[in-house]
Amino acid sequence: MTDPIVSIRGVSKKFPGGVIAVDDVNIDIAPNEFFALLGPSGCGKTTLLRMISGLETPTDGQIIIGGQDMALTPPNKRPTNMVFQSYAVFPHMTVEDNVAYGLRVTGVPEDETKRRTAEALEMVKLSHLAKRKPDQMSGGQRQRVALARALVKRPKVLLLDEPLSALDAKLRDDMRMELTRLQETVGITFIIVTHDQDEALSMASRIAVIDKGAVQQIATPSELYEQPATRFVADFIGKVNLIDAKVLSKKAKAITCEAKGLGKLTFDTEKACGDTVAVAVRPEKLKISKAEPKAAGLIKVQGNVRDVAYYGDTSHIVVSIKGGPDLQVNVQNDSRTGGSGVERGQAIWVSWMPDDSLVLTE
Amino acid sequence: MAEQMKPGSGPLDYGNRLWLKVLFGVIFFMLYVPIITLVAFSFNTDRRGIVWRGFTFDNYVKAWNNSSLIEAMINSLMIAFIATLIATVLGAMVALMLWRFRFPFKGAYEAFMGLPIVIPEICMGVALLLFFNETGMMTAVVAMPWPLNLSNIIIAHVAFCFPFVAIVVRSRLVGFNRQLEEASKDLGASEWQTFWKVIVPFMMPGLVAGALLAFTLSLDDFVITFFTSGPETVTFPVKVYSLVRRGVSPEINAASTVLIVITVVATVLAMKLQAPQKSGKG
Amino acid sequence: MDNWKDNRSVFWTLAGPGTFWLLVFFILPLGFLFVMSFSDKAIINGEVSITEYDYLTGISNYIRSVDTLYLTIIWKSIWVSALATVLCLLTAYPIAFGICFASEKWKPLLLLLVVLPFWINLLIRTYALIAVFRSQGYVNLALGAVGLGPYDMLYNNFAVIFGLVYVYMPFMVLPLYATIERLDKSYLEASLDLGASQFTTFLKVTIPLTMPGIITGVILVFIPCLGSFLTPDLLGGANAIMIGNVIERQFKAANDWPFGAALSFMLMYATFAALMLRAFLAKRSAGVDV
Repeated sequence: MTDPIVSIRGVSKKFPGGVIAVDDVNIDIAPNEFFALLGPSGCGKTTLLRMISGLETPTDGQIIIGGQDMALTPPNKRPTNMVFQSYAVFPHMTVEDNVAYGLRVTGVPEDETKRRTAEALEMVKLSHLAKRKPDQMSGGQRQRVALARALVKRPKVLLLDEPLSALDAKLRDDMRMELTRLQETVGITFIIVTHDQDEALSMASRIAVIDKGAVQQIATPSELYEQPATRFVADFIGKVNLIDAKVLSKKAKAITCEAKGLGKLTFDTEKACGDTVAVAVRPEKLKISKAEPKAAGLIKVQGNVRDVAYYGDTSHIVVSIKGGPDLQVNVQNDSRTGGSGVERGQAIWVSWMPDDSLVLTE
Repeated sequence: MAEQMKPGSGPLDYGNRLWLKVLFGVIFFMLYVPIITLVAFSFNTDRRGIVWRGFTFDNYVKAWNNSSLIEAMINSLMIAFIATLIATVLGAMVALMLWRFRFPFKGAYEAFMGLPIVIPEICMGVALLLFFNETGMMTAVVAMPWPLNLSNIIIAHVAFCFPFVAIVVRSRLVGFNRQLEEASKDLGASEWQTFWKVIVPFMMPGLVAGALLAFTLSLDDFVITFFTSGPETVTFPVKVYSLVRRGVSPEINAASTVLIVITVVATVLAMKLQAPQKSGKG
Repeated sequence: MDNWKDNRSVFWTLAGPGTFWLLVFFILPLGFLFVMSFSDKAIINGEVSITEYDYLTGISNYIRSVDTLYLTIIWKSIWVSALATVLCLLTAYPIAFGICFASEKWKPLLLLLVVLPFWINLLIRTYALIAVFRSQGYVNLALGAVGLGPYDMLYNNFAVIFGLVYVYMPFMVLPLYATIERLDKSYLEASLDLGASQFTTFLKVTIPLTMPGIITGVILVFIPCLGSFLTPDLLGGANAIMIGNVIERQFKAANDWPFGAALSFMLMYATFAALMLRAFLAKRSAGVDV
């Protein structure tokens, strides 16, 4: 990419006692991106965010923001601002004073401060609560104060730590749209940290999936979903069927393997692999039929229906196959008479197009 | 002011900052030097205690042989022992009552219980002196045999100790799960049995901590004892005071060191007993 | 929590002894003192009696207590206590702060080390300072080694103030520690993130949010300082007496119990005034509870 706004190069964070929170991470974030750091609890994503903000320092590697190495720059001098998970809105100041705080402590003239504060409050629709104290406000309102407080400083990068996790479902949807709209309006880079894949997939333009301190994959939401690079990513994002397979032969552009219960399969791929790989196919890509499907080129296998779960618009069917793991199939319920039309114990054929599955080497 | 960021640290790592460590060092030094030198010089041979002349236990021997000093120490211990016993029982009862019951004017009662802690000691001391004098208790106890002649002092000590015990025991009771009590009754135990077999064992760390607190407060007390004791019923701090008024001497150092050791041991014990509960709240 | 009426016998058994003790051995004596403060020494056969009193003769004692002589002493006690309290705060705050931010394994030890001197007898600690400050004490010896002094550090206001700070500083650390410990550190991080320097963060965020602890600590130290008698007695000599010493004198050497009683109550009123001030200020500050 052309000059990234944030460049994380070989950054590690080791704590005394041997705990490695962040392990040799390399990420480049482009200006005006809505970037997400996604991963399970404890994977190091928040630590990484805090290192970008300057509240923690890496034990190895460099963090470069706007072309400058941030190694000697303390958090109060960085062109970043953070919205904390607990919002951290100062309880002893009014909303207005909270938002103006960052401007006042950096010596911005009072008339400009007043103007920009009013603008920021307008942007998050809190102008009518300017004189309130935080303890008289709801969580969602306090979050907007925290947002305004950070945005009024016009940072190059806005960092958000789990912005939606403390909100209830309806508020979450509203805030999700709000954040996306804000990012486009204000035109600055947003980096959010979240453990919720729905949040990341729906808001971000690119996502870095992180597990145990290391980056698993950096890609757009659809790339992550359709082309996961590792078992972890495939399993973490959405639901997936993973079938273990033993590698039979490996050529430069293809891998042939024996998949449990499925037989011999060949995949066109340039990935390197060891002795075992996993075949991955998403539940909605699988088709069921009572009779053996006759179309050419399909991967197909026979099995028995173990469980049917009806969800109104879809049904989740679990099929057990001989010699292999259970496959989950998600079907749309087209028929008006209800359901998928299959019952427990029924013999059934599962099939899919070869292009709909892929091989995972790690 | 450009703040250098060491790799691996954060801006809130104040504990690692040099100026804080220096400040700590200076303050701890100033806090402990007088005490340490006091203890150290209790082993000094020099009478006037300034220059170090040699190590000796003589001062301790002299203090031990000083019968009035020993008598004062025994008085102090006896008073502390009896006062602790009574104060612990009273304090525990008040704590139980406050923990268990709702009643009108409870807030005012709690403030009333807190009065001995808040009133300046000297006011309490002179009030008790006056009281014992006017009620004739002062002259009455003088005639009694030991240890009853210490009664006034014991009464005074109980009065200012048991509110502290109540606070300690009460904070322990706050963590008690009443469902344990209900389970006990559900299994057939009576109120009395439940009390002894379920509540008291739970209260025990609080009771012991409170008792140790009362013991220390009683043993160390000077002001109130100063006003309520007579020439026949001198306690250790009061005796040391009269010695100090006459001047510095290593014997006093020796006697003080003994008191310090007793106090430190009691305090550390009390803190250790409070500790498990602290981590539960943390 | 049960209603007291549900179990009266248990309630009274538990409440009885403690309440009785406080009423008889605390409230009643204070009542006696109160009566005494309005009384005078009896005059028998034209001479002032040593042991007999005329009770409830009027407020002459109180009037005498606001006489210039005593007013000066009361006033001095207040400013000495205030100064000692402020110095305690200035030393205790960094200590409490530092302990809060120390690594987990050091914290309990550091706390214990700070609190331990507090548990050692007041008398002994004050006595230890005599050896430190007197004209041939350790400080003067050390200064003498570099050619300075000797300075008069004992039997004056300096010694009393230092003595009070020395004795009560650990007492101030505990409430400060409790409040700073409960402070959500992300407030400090947010302040830094928004561009404030460490110093500005301390002034504008840390201090206001720890104010309840500061107020508690200040009152907790100021009251005992005001009523202290031992420290000015041992360290202050004749030059630096405080109200506590005057009261003591009335009950011992001067044998003017009615006057001493009045002075005691003046001290108690000052104490209560300080407590009310604290309650008032505590209500107004934002506190760390949010």
